[in-house]
Amino acid sequence: MGSEFTKLFELIISASLINNFVFTRFLGLCIFFGVSKKMETAVGMSITFTAVMMISAAISWVVFNGIMIPLDITFLKIIVFIGVVAGFVQAADTIMRKVSPGLYYKLGIYLALISTNCIILAVPLINAGEKYSFIQSLAFAFGSGLGFALALVIMASIREKLELADVPIPFRGLPIAFIVAGLVALAFTGFSGLITL
Amino acid sequence: MFNDSKIKKITIIAFSFYCSIVLLLFCSTSVFAGVGGGVEAKEKIDIIPLIKWTLVFLAGVGAFFGVVLALAAKRFAVRTDPKVEQVRDVLAGANCGACGFAGCEQYAEAVVKEPDVASNLCIPGGAKSAEAVARITGKTASALEPNFARIMCQGGWSKSVKKFRYEGVQDCRAAILAGGGDKSCRYGCLGYGTCSRVCPFGAITMSEDHLPVVDIVKCTGCRKCEKACPVKVIEVLPASKQVLVTCHSKDKGGDTRKNCQVGCIACGICVKVCPFDAPSVENNLSRIDINKCKVCGLCVPKCPTKAITDFIPHRSKAFVLDKCIGCQICAKVCPVNAPLGELKKKHSIDKDKCIGCGICTARCPVQAIDGTFNASEVFAASAEKKKKKAEAA
Repeated sequence: MGSEFTKLFELIISASLINNFVFTRFLGLCIFFGVSKKMETAVGMSITFTAVMMISAAISWVVFNGIMIPLDITFLKIIVFIGVVAGFVQAADTIMRKVSPGLYYKLGIYLALISTNCIILAVPLINAGEKYSFIQSLAFAFGSGLGFALALVIMASIREKLELADVPIPFRGLPIAFIVAGLVALAFTGFSGLITL
Repeated sequence: MFNDSKIKKITIIAFSFYCSIVLLLFCSTSVFAGVGGGVEAKEKIDIIPLIKWTLVFLAGVGAFFGVVLALAAKRFAVRTDPKVEQVRDVLAGANCGACGFAGCEQYAEAVVKEPDVASNLCIPGGAKSAEAVARITGKTASALEPNFARIMCQGGWSKSVKKFRYEGVQDCRAAILAGGGDKSCRYGCLGYGTCSRVCPFGAITMSEDHLPVVDIVKCTGCRKCEKACPVKVIEVLPASKQVLVTCHSKDKGGDTRKNCQVGCIACGICVKVCPFDAPSVENNLSRIDINKCKVCGLCVPKCPTKAITDFIPHRSKAFVLDKCIGCQICAKVCPVNAPLGELKKKHSIDKDKCIGCGICTARCPVQAIDGTFNASEVFAASAEKKKKKAEAA
């Protein structure tokens, strides 16, 4: 039992820090640069992102292990996962609008952006490839969401400060953001070798 | 009526999604099966059941999501009022939050759905959008008195003292991080123009003496500058309140005088001068109660440091109309003894003495004094009163 928990903890740490999706695997960069201008939107995006990631990982795990493996059609996973995630996000959007309008106004605008995000698709695919158990899949998804939130919050706080800085004209806006992202990615390589799975 | 189109749309999307997947799969299965790539480590593949199960599975997934989404759209349909969209179109669309709601969308929804929400809350939109919103929602529009940003400091760089030389980022928010700013007076305007840059309407410009100047034609009272100012020296106040102590210094009088030529030293002269008890001195600072102030401007010339500003650019003098009944009330209330004339005869006002404070206009029982800044307001109020009386009778 103890080793099981250790394994889960290692999964979360590895997904969020060592193999951070943004800074190590370079996935999901469009959203990362798009919504990291303001802390408020960055936090809203992170929360929505983590929630969608965990639920879609759970649904995908059930579909993959419950239907696709017995039917021997695992080669369909990319297409099926895209469909499952998009369908789930669409349903969540419709239901949330009715059930909890407050939450919808806070987080709903990010939902449409998320449905086609590559991190959201990568997590179920990695879960399937690594043959994680259900709980492990959830832990991996949670860790990935945490890692993405961390990346967004770091970036948003730096970019809020950058607004005040005297950046040379050619570097203003996105270029300096790319440079900052590169430096943070460099810093994140320091986590490699923190734990060995 | 509204649900049908949306359900149809979603169903069509889901169906086409599922069809395209099936088509795609036809190609991909044959390719994968042909080279034996997708399904690893199997010598021989039964191609017929593979295609069969693929089709069944994808059809199942497609049908499932189609049905679920269609049901969800029907079960959780949100009735959106077309009025909300119309209202949103006539608002200013700056999402400034001056109305007290999170954004234009939220205000539009609230003003349509809730009867208590007034139609004139959109401050950047002004009277025009208030009228349009009222027309759409069927509420009565009463124009909201506009608010203007007032800079509560007159100590430009030539009139105030600096405690060190600041050579950093030219922004007030950055300057205040360096020991609370470079000015000796820690309540005064730093003069690096943050407010002029955050103003979405271009209403604030910086004068040569590094003081912000508010253009009241462009200012909408959205409070963005008030929020951005790190020393909180900007106040957004009703437009009619035009006599203000433009100083925030809570230092002792002597210190204020050392730091700045135009600071309030809390001498209390304005308190003695005011006929309406509007100013009061607290924490070494005089403050005019805007609810008591009648904008007469008597305190302005009396202030020894010129810390009180009269925002009326030119005060016109009073003159007497023919309907004067000669009651001499104006002579009693005038602070400068400008009205002349005998009882029961038409009075006249000495133009050289009159300072245009408007006190007599407000007090005249027959509205016979015109020419002051408040005359039209006073006349309108009395006409309203008469109308109501006539209606009641």
